[in-house]
Amino acid sequence: MKLQTKKLKTDILIIGGGTAGCFAAITIGENSDLKVIIAEKANIKRSGCLAAGVNALNAYIVKGQTPESYLEYVKKDSEDLIREDLVYSISKRLNSVTQKIENLGLVIQKDEKGEYVSRGNRNIKINGENIKPILAEAVEKNKNIKVLNYVNIIDYIKKDEKIIGAYGFSNREKVFYVILAKAVICATGGAAGLYRPNNPGFSRHKMWYCPFNTGAGYAMGIRAGAEMTTFEMRFIALRCKDTIAPTGTIAQGVGAPQVNGYGEEYQEKYGSNKTSMRLFSTVEENKEGRGPCFLKTSGISKKEEEELLKAYLNMAPAQTLKWIETNSLPSFSDVEIEGTEPYITGGHTGSGYWVDTKRATTLKGLYAAGDVAGGAPQKYVTGCFAEAEIAALSALEYIKDKKEEEIDDGEVEKKQKQVESFLGDKSGIYGIEEIEEAMQKVMDQYAGGICDGYSYNLKKLQIAKLKIDELLELSKGLKAKDMHELMLIFEVIDRLFVCKVLIRHLEERKETRWRAFQENKDYPEKDDENFLKFINSRYENGEIKVVFRNLVKRDDIYEHYD
Amino acid sequence: MSIMIESEKCTACGRCREVCPGNLLYPDSLGKTVIRYPKDCWGCTSCLKECSFNAIRYFLGADIGGRGSTLHVKKEGNLMHWIIKNPRGEEKIIIIDKSKANAY
Repeated sequence: MKLQTKKLKTDILIIGGGTAGCFAAITIGENSDLKVIIAEKANIKRSGCLAAGVNALNAYIVKGQTPESYLEYVKKDSEDLIREDLVYSISKRLNSVTQKIENLGLVIQKDEKGEYVSRGNRNIKINGENIKPILAEAVEKNKNIKVLNYVNIIDYIKKDEKIIGAYGFSNREKVFYVILAKAVICATGGAAGLYRPNNPGFSRHKMWYCPFNTGAGYAMGIRAGAEMTTFEMRFIALRCKDTIAPTGTIAQGVGAPQVNGYGEEYQEKYGSNKTSMRLFSTVEENKEGRGPCFLKTSGISKKEEEELLKAYLNMAPAQTLKWIETNSLPSFSDVEIEGTEPYITGGHTGSGYWVDTKRATTLKGLYAAGDVAGGAPQKYVTGCFAEAEIAALSALEYIKDKKEEEIDDGEVEKKQKQVESFLGDKSGIYGIEEIEEAMQKVMDQYAGGICDGYSYNLKKLQIAKLKIDELLELSKGLKAKDMHELMLIFEVIDRLFVCKVLIRHLEERKETRWRAFQENKDYPEKDDENFLKFINSRYENGEIKVVFRNLVKRDDIYEHYD
Repeated sequence: MSIMIESEKCTACGRCREVCPGNLLYPDSLGKTVIRYPKDCWGCTSCLKECSFNAIRYFLGADIGGRGSTLHVKKEGNLMHWIIKNPRGEEKIIIIDKSKANAY
């Protein structure tokens, strides 16, 4: 099958029209008259993590707190391994970006004095069901921003060690895209679907993270030789059982404690209330035969219950439906909780591109923002906005003296042929789903999935490594009947690349820094002396090269130096 | 986790197909929407919110506790009427005012 070639030129290409991508485009629009293209594989109105909405803004400097105190919280929660320069630069912008999204139309609750109503130390109350349509509307108002919906970007275009655009294809029409730009901002989000999920059957996509975030941005960066950081710090969410709906709304909203199957509150026993420990303690209680674990909601008032039912409809409707259809309303039934499968996402943990303080990656001309950028955990939605703003302003600065780039036709033809080689009716023995299932099984059983209580050892990782390489080999024979299947092939290959790098990172961290998130059974203790460092990697000539990087302080301006 | 589409109510307007974050919805030969990959639905309900004809209903898979109830939504200005209908046809309606923040 032959695809039609479409060549486009722009000043700045943004890959991914989710939280960070849309906000970066809006920022560029406010600060220049330059041309922007957003390439999005779905439709920016409802794409990415915020498709269903969001229940609160979880990163805001509320009264009595400061950007410095936010930084300290993140540092403590992440066992000190954070890029302080990145987290601090985000913290300082949290409130101004919140103001901006409110101006665009987000409903934020205010008290009689006109101040935002907080929900805990860092959170404010909103109605976030329509946060994505709000962002999309703001993007579409700007005539300099061209949105390419249903375009799946697969690889960067690299010339003279610089990123000058990207290749992609439509998932609806037989079109191959070549997009040239003076700078590129990657905002594709993180990676779900690497490990076997909680509900591997019919409801396999009922997961915490967006199942359509398949690590494309990580994978194309890996293939282009970008330096990546902290993949080993996986994110595993503590969720309502089955529906995988958030627990924070219940825990913070009605103050429900975590209790085990015998009704005992167990959190205190584990000595810490950090994000990873709330999960780890739950895993341990189950392992020790004291499960299942619950959020103790029984006894809440009917009014509180009603508000919970509404809050979940605004972000995770499955939970409200389940409460009602199984007649297990939270005022009389405690809510069972479980850990999800592990995800890689820089919005919650530190995994992603190794960036400088300006959010430039190690590849010239390429910037990263949001879940795809590493080093700055606990960004959440507003942190992604803040980071998008920084990346956008840096990209604007970078392109000031840059001219339009050209690309050799032969180069384009070669890439297009490679893509077209996956199209065809004749499929081999294995289909896309089988490769995906095999990958998830390997990761679950040999790289610290749910079945092993998230722990791993070096022996098992060696097996995982071999098997992922075998699957990468097998994936070369996959065939797509249409453009949608072609996208699915690239998604599974991207996830295999992410798995490969993730396994290597897990292997290199010869300590246990974050309980459950990174639980190395060969080295069960935390080792600050040797491992209070970033584990970074680059993929070069088919090999993953690992480098250790030192911490960066709050007021440092970090620049790439090698 | 998935959706069901009532073909007789679908007017083939195609709005739901535009917004699905997973590109899971496709037109059939009459231009009406069908879900091509039911197992790949995330359950975000974006398509329900686009449908003005209540043709799309959302349900929980039996593997995660589904017991045959469905959920759909009717929009009326700022109000969203979420309707949960059980297999006996009984309905529970929860009304949400979009101009108000969540209590939690």
